[in-house]
Amino acid sequence: MTRPTVIRAAGAGVLVLAAALFPLVFTNPTVTNFGVVTLIFVVVTSAWNIFSGYSGYLSLGHAVFYGTGAYFLVVAAKDWNLSGATIFWLVPLAGLAAAVIAVPVGLVALRVRRHTFVVITIAFFFIAQLSASNLSVTGGSSGLLVPVPNWAPATYNNPFYYLALIIAVATVALSWQVRRSRFGLQLRAIRDDEDRAAGLGVRAMPVKLTALVLSAFITGMAGALWVYFIGEAFPQFVFDPLFDLAVVLMAFFGGLGTLAGPVLGALILEPAQLWLNLQQSNGYESEILFGALFLVVILFLPRGVLPTAAEYARAWNAWWLRRKSGSPRVVAEADSAGTSVRGSVS
Amino acid sequence: MANEIAQAIAAGILGGGIYALMAAGLTLIFGVLDIINVAQGILVVLGAYLSYVLSVHLHIDLLVGLLITVPAMFVIGVAIYWLFIRPLRGAERTSMTLLACFAVALIIEGVLYREFGSNYVSLTAWYTTSSVHIFGFYLPDIYLIGFGLAVLAITALYLILYRTTFGRAVRATMQNQTAARLIGIDVNRVSAVTFGIGTAVTAIGGMVYGAISGGFTPNSGYDLISRLLAIVILAGMGSIGGALVAAVFMTTAEALVDIWQPEWSVAVFYLAMVIILTVRPAGLFGRRAARAQ
Amino acid sequence: MTATLRAEGVTKSFGGVQALAGCSLTVPAGSISGLIGPNGSGKTTLFNVMTGYERIDSGQVYLGDRQITGAPPHRVFALGVGRTFQLTRIFPRLTVLENMLVPAQHGRSARQHREHAMELLAFTGIAGHAGALAGTLSYGQRKLLELAYVLVADPAVVLLDEPAGGVNPSLIHHIADRIRELNKAGRTFLIVEHNMEFVMGLCHQLTVLDSGAVVASGPPETVRSDPRVLDAYLGTGTDGDD
Repeated sequence: MTRPTVIRAAGAGVLVLAAALFPLVFTNPTVTNFGVVTLIFVVVTSAWNIFSGYSGYLSLGHAVFYGTGAYFLVVAAKDWNLSGATIFWLVPLAGLAAAVIAVPVGLVALRVRRHTFVVITIAFFFIAQLSASNLSVTGGSSGLLVPVPNWAPATYNNPFYYLALIIAVATVALSWQVRRSRFGLQLRAIRDDEDRAAGLGVRAMPVKLTALVLSAFITGMAGALWVYFIGEAFPQFVFDPLFDLAVVLMAFFGGLGTLAGPVLGALILEPAQLWLNLQQSNGYESEILFGALFLVVILFLPRGVLPTAAEYARAWNAWWLRRKSGSPRVVAEADSAGTSVRGSVS
Repeated sequence: MANEIAQAIAAGILGGGIYALMAAGLTLIFGVLDIINVAQGILVVLGAYLSYVLSVHLHIDLLVGLLITVPAMFVIGVAIYWLFIRPLRGAERTSMTLLACFAVALIIEGVLYREFGSNYVSLTAWYTTSSVHIFGFYLPDIYLIGFGLAVLAITALYLILYRTTFGRAVRATMQNQTAARLIGIDVNRVSAVTFGIGTAVTAIGGMVYGAISGGFTPNSGYDLISRLLAIVILAGMGSIGGALVAAVFMTTAEALVDIWQPEWSVAVFYLAMVIILTVRPAGLFGRRAARAQ
Repeated sequence: MTATLRAEGVTKSFGGVQALAGCSLTVPAGSISGLIGPNGSGKTTLFNVMTGYERIDSGQVYLGDRQITGAPPHRVFALGVGRTFQLTRIFPRLTVLENMLVPAQHGRSARQHREHAMELLAFTGIAGHAGALAGTLSYGQRKLLELAYVLVADPAVVLLDEPAGGVNPSLIHHIADRIRELNKAGRTFLIVEHNMEFVMGLCHQLTVLDSGAVVASGPPETVRSDPRVLDAYLGTGTDGDD
């Protein structure tokens, strides 16, 4: 392995370890609550990135998968009379339900041009919200309550936290694996020039659909975990347009289509949002701030904080090398062949 | 029963007129700038609130108030374009502009919440509660007024597009931006004015919506934009005439379904959209290639 | 490894504009054939139709004995026909090496795939940039990259659309040499070009298109002095793209 990869792996390891120890150090339930929600956002943002970041098809309807997973868990828990820790076994099943939904959604939505696709995902989002509000199986607009386990309040959050952490680590690992694989290469080629890729033998629809299904599976699991954590499922909360936008913002902020970008975006922005919500009791302040932050990122940091920072680092590095060697121009290139593992800039 | 159906159809067609106007604005913006203004929904709500303020606090009649709100929304539209959309460039431009519109929509929604809270308000005037009695059923006056306004506005749009030099420039830009630039058209100016026109129609849409809807809040923007998007997708992006037809069709269908299943009536919009997408991804009248980009 | 590419009576219109009118052309196996003609004569359209990027109105296209009329691009590619584009189409956000790995390859393990890709990069001369993002390459380097990745799947027939367009003279020689080498090894080439020197020195036979129809065809010397060819270039001289 090359040095940068070792450093990155070590960094990731430290991060995971810190995350694992987090609830043991900060035992305050409010803090661990933040932790659970933040981790869920890490999961969803990375999952979203696996599809939208790598393929370039921005989905603003991922809440559909999130909500499918959530409602699946609630309904299944009720119907099969489960309670306590056994309900956690429903989480992967919920992911599967979301993955199944992703197939028809993808088959319809992925046949159109990129920005029509975004609009269609928005429409699907509203379809889902409408369905949840009106179908009796989902409890209509009054929602459903989840059978909440009666664990000790002091450590109540911990099982959720650790499950979220496991899923987060698995998701990032999957994202890394996708990126290195031929499948990921095809996805990214589709992002750059879909027609050209198709002309070279890349089967666009199966590739895009697979990415969507993977992304949906993970997002569904996150939704299920979240709804169990919160204890209730209302259509307005489960299908919340702000949720989708938050995920997009985090991915953009951290760096769309990169490996670490979505994780960092979520780790920075979600606690910030939660903290802001504590300070202000008005929903609209956060909405305005959120929209403003989004505009700032789009206008000034279109590639995200991480890649922009990486670029500055590279430019600085090149400048420094030039000064050191005294030669007029040294082009700082990435490593030579064999290391397409370089994750930083897509 | 036949009476109910006839009434629904009439209400649908008349109501469709105003949706057609708003969808036309959306299509115009898409045709010229190649962006989907997802803020259109909240802009309609903003227009409604502007009418509300003029009507309730300044006691200006709703129709008269349009003389103020239409130019005001035009200016707001141009400002949005100039500040947040024009600077965006690069390969990801289409996605970025869409997200920028979303962000602007959020900010507007937040500001509206701050100023007006989440209580339902509606627009009233002496003509919003009366109706005419025709062929045995009642047609609310405001529906007729709304339809009339929509027809006026769409005619004005048509005249602008096809009878003025500016309109020619707009149509040229719609066909080929590069070529338009080459023959001396200031694409930026055309884009800004087009965006302004696209949002100016929301002032009219807002006033009618505010009077018809029976109550709106800042949250109403979502319902509006979801319908508008469904209309535009059904029609096929880029076809104004198609948007008009699709709008009237959808609202009429909704009004009919409303007779039997009110909660699901808006699903008509989505159902039609999904059906069209599976059969003909370009939409009923879409001119662009259906190939995925 | 090689095959004959044939177009017969190909017709294609765009709205009111007839781009190709009954165009017929044969590229003998193992040859380097050139396709020339004034701007707007339909050269790139013919390429597009033959490789499935545009739908044909009427006519047939054959690869060897097999009819490939109307086959979609990935099918044409899978059958062994590669093509480049006038305005280079590479994947800017992938590295040069990754660009090479996109085309589907059969019968090679991942490592062999990579080695083969590096060989081709070395052959075209841009191996040193293997790790750089393709978007950072200069125009000439992109042309070389396009040439390289078209070859990754070992196509029997290679269609090059203006390989020398906008490229500096020394690089043009380099490209011409590479084409000759590949041809000696058995690959068939059909090249669209405006650079007469390049075409005359390289091609075994030329076909001249004007306004969508074949005006002349044969060895370079014959074509060069054909009065119809001179007329096509000097006569109507239309503007616009192919």
